[in-house]
Amino acid sequence: MSTFRHATLSNGLKIAAEIDPRGYSASFGYFVRTGSRDETDIESGCSHFLEHMMFKGTAKRSAADVNRELDELGGNSNAFTSEEQTVYYATVLPKYQDRIIDLLSDMMRPSLRQEDFDTERKVILEEIAKYEDQPPFGAFERVMERYFGPRGIGRRILGTSESIVDMSRQTMYDYFTRRYAPGNIVLAAAGNVDFDGLVAMVERLTSHWGDLVAAPAPPPDDASALPVGIATDPLISSPDAAQAYLVQIGPAPGGNDLDRYPARLLSSILGDDSGSRLFWELIDTGRAESCSLWTQEFMDVGALFTMLVCDPDDLSSNRRIVEKTIKRLLRDGVSQEELDQAINKAVAGCIMSNERPSNRMFEVGSDWQLRGEYTDLDKVLERYRGVNVDEIGRIADKYLTEATVETLATAEPLTQPT
Amino acid sequence: MNTPTITDENIRVISLPNGLTILAQPMPWLRTAAFALAVRAGVECEPEGRGGLAGLLCEMAQRGAGPYSSRDVVALQDNLGLDHSAGVSSALASFGAAMPGQSLPDALRLYAEIIRRPHLPGDQLDDALMGAMQEVRAIKDEPTQQVILRLKKMQYGPRAGRPNCGDEAGLNAIEMKDVNQFYDQRYRPEGAIMAIAGNFDVEQIIGLAEELFGDWKGALIEIPRDASGLPGYEHIQQDSSQTHIAFSFDAVPLGDPNYYLMRAGVGILSDGMSSRLFDRVREQRGLCYTVSLSAHSMQDRGAIIGYAGTTPERAQETLDVTMREIEALVDGIEPGELERLKVRVQSSLIMEQESSWSRVSSLISDWYHRGRVVTMAELEQRIESLRIDSIVEYWKSNPPKGYRVVTLGQKPLVIPPSRNG
Repeated sequence: MSTFRHATLSNGLKIAAEIDPRGYSASFGYFVRTGSRDETDIESGCSHFLEHMMFKGTAKRSAADVNRELDELGGNSNAFTSEEQTVYYATVLPKYQDRIIDLLSDMMRPSLRQEDFDTERKVILEEIAKYEDQPPFGAFERVMERYFGPRGIGRRILGTSESIVDMSRQTMYDYFTRRYAPGNIVLAAAGNVDFDGLVAMVERLTSHWGDLVAAPAPPPDDASALPVGIATDPLISSPDAAQAYLVQIGPAPGGNDLDRYPARLLSSILGDDSGSRLFWELIDTGRAESCSLWTQEFMDVGALFTMLVCDPDDLSSNRRIVEKTIKRLLRDGVSQEELDQAINKAVAGCIMSNERPSNRMFEVGSDWQLRGEYTDLDKVLERYRGVNVDEIGRIADKYLTEATVETLATAEPLTQPT
Repeated sequence: MNTPTITDENIRVISLPNGLTILAQPMPWLRTAAFALAVRAGVECEPEGRGGLAGLLCEMAQRGAGPYSSRDVVALQDNLGLDHSAGVSSALASFGAAMPGQSLPDALRLYAEIIRRPHLPGDQLDDALMGAMQEVRAIKDEPTQQVILRLKKMQYGPRAGRPNCGDEAGLNAIEMKDVNQFYDQRYRPEGAIMAIAGNFDVEQIIGLAEELFGDWKGALIEIPRDASGLPGYEHIQQDSSQTHIAFSFDAVPLGDPNYYLMRAGVGILSDGMSSRLFDRVREQRGLCYTVSLSAHSMQDRGAIIGYAGTTPERAQETLDVTMREIEALVDGIEPGELERLKVRVQSSLIMEQESSWSRVSSLISDWYHRGRVVTMAELEQRIESLRIDSIVEYWKSNPPKGYRVVTLGQKPLVIPPSRNG
């Protein structure tokens, strides 16, 4: 069986690990509590740009050294940025624990050289251009901006081409000094991990991290103006698009709310990719390419997304089907059989995705960083199994009756979204 | 701390008289099990003018089977906790799932009905066709997929390079009799492969599989083979933000003795963050976000396919630098480059033991392409024995040439005649 252990180092850095000595691999990740919601307008896209720059070398290593050493340790390593976290991770064979920890810890104190900054800026601009060409053509970012506002949780992760072109290295460095203090970071581990060795090594490697002096906060944003490069139009014109992409957003339980479990089951019953009510109405019948409904949880708020992709000519009729399907659920509730099926699917999904140490590491890291708690897999399964039909009804009444906001990306918008 | 390695593999191979091969690999340390069943019913088997039939049948087979209605099938899949998938490739139609180990017997019973006794309800043909048409439309909105699909046709030829999703003309022509006929001809035990891996009782499951599939009957009809495509360049005009570049050239098939020498060269060029293309095209020059190269070998032919996406003003330079780096592989390989490749392969093989689904996919692929099981230990040994001079020698004897190139974007690029002549 796996065991959970945790420690807080003298500099404030927290370590949390789920250890299973039978594992074939060990997975490690630095979870920094910073993301697009922590940025100001002039920093828009900075968390993600900085994530790229963390691979560009340190006082001891060049950029090529970092990439080469990551590859020398095999396994999978990468990083990602969300609205509220930036995570640097690697999964390796257990024999490489010390080497990967030495490398990841060193990377967390990057050089941020001007020349690398200028080259990487081009890569970021290419990444933004790449997503502009891909469905749903920016509809997710736009609907978040329209619902939450273009700042805070609604701020787009990549920033805009304009904000990236305008960004200076100094802005990034100042942001780094404020956000990468050890007290703002969790190191998570899972699998075949030597925990005592890990704690001792990280204590030594990060002893100087507390020396970082935080720069003063940037000036507050001008709330009366939109950030540069941001529009709030509900329509996104994509002249070459064959399909119409409609995204709706409404409220859902946040990441600290235990209602998130029944809300996930409700969205599975209504809008899972397969076997849900919307699946039978729209996908089984060939009316739409896809129609899904799901919740996303942030620390303090949640969002319920609905996404419909279909021929532009069928958009109005399909949208009415979505509305009718939701109304019917509100009126009649869900059956025990339907709920059991959703629970069985969720429970099996958890068991399977948690079989790999890398997936456990993400769960442990996010839990410890965002909630300061550890939840073992059996506890999660118990929470799903404990949900009853009355609770699903209560969650439906609370969240499915709220007003939603929409964005539509299509070649020729025929109908004005609400 | 213990140091995990590759555990003894005990793979069982059972060849049934009807032509079905069952491969079973117990992995008792897991909580899950997975299986896949593949029949010779991929897109290369479709009759002319019926592009999309293979995928359509694969989808329709799940619309009710044996005693189960369409809704029963989905309810069973969900209640058994199946993470299921079904799809077609050039040669195969595959059905499979990963699941908590105890669900495996019931899952096999369900899929025996789907493969052997599908209802193929005529009154749902239009719904299924509309769904298939949605997939074709979706690809039009994915520039990366669009250039790769065009490229595959140029590379592999009209039959082997068919798109898995079919095309509008083919879908419009499909009638119920096409579906039934394709099912009767291609969903047969001859040449079919079933792989099972994970936590299960080997004797019980093999016995069950024999009981479920032993009396399945039918032989296959050979399908015609056509020649590979010819070198050339096509540009798709579109007002996109990036220019999307796909290119390919010939390589050896999967069963070829030189396959690993070819694959090692691709790895040095494109696997990992210190690989040559990532380092020299993206990291040093900032030319693009995505640049990649991968080996796409089939049973009788092979190709190496590359992709890069970049803004129009940097597209020509991106293509030129990328091709130059590939061609420079013959100038030599650093010992560290090969060493990193070996560690990567070894790590991924050891970690493959954490996933029953990964093992199932490898077993099916090895059996289809090589006609035998390749154990993880054998693969590790083969990679370990690779030497720089043999890799360079392969790439000297098989230099990248005769490129097929497809671009999508605001303006076409220039391909020197020496490269795609």
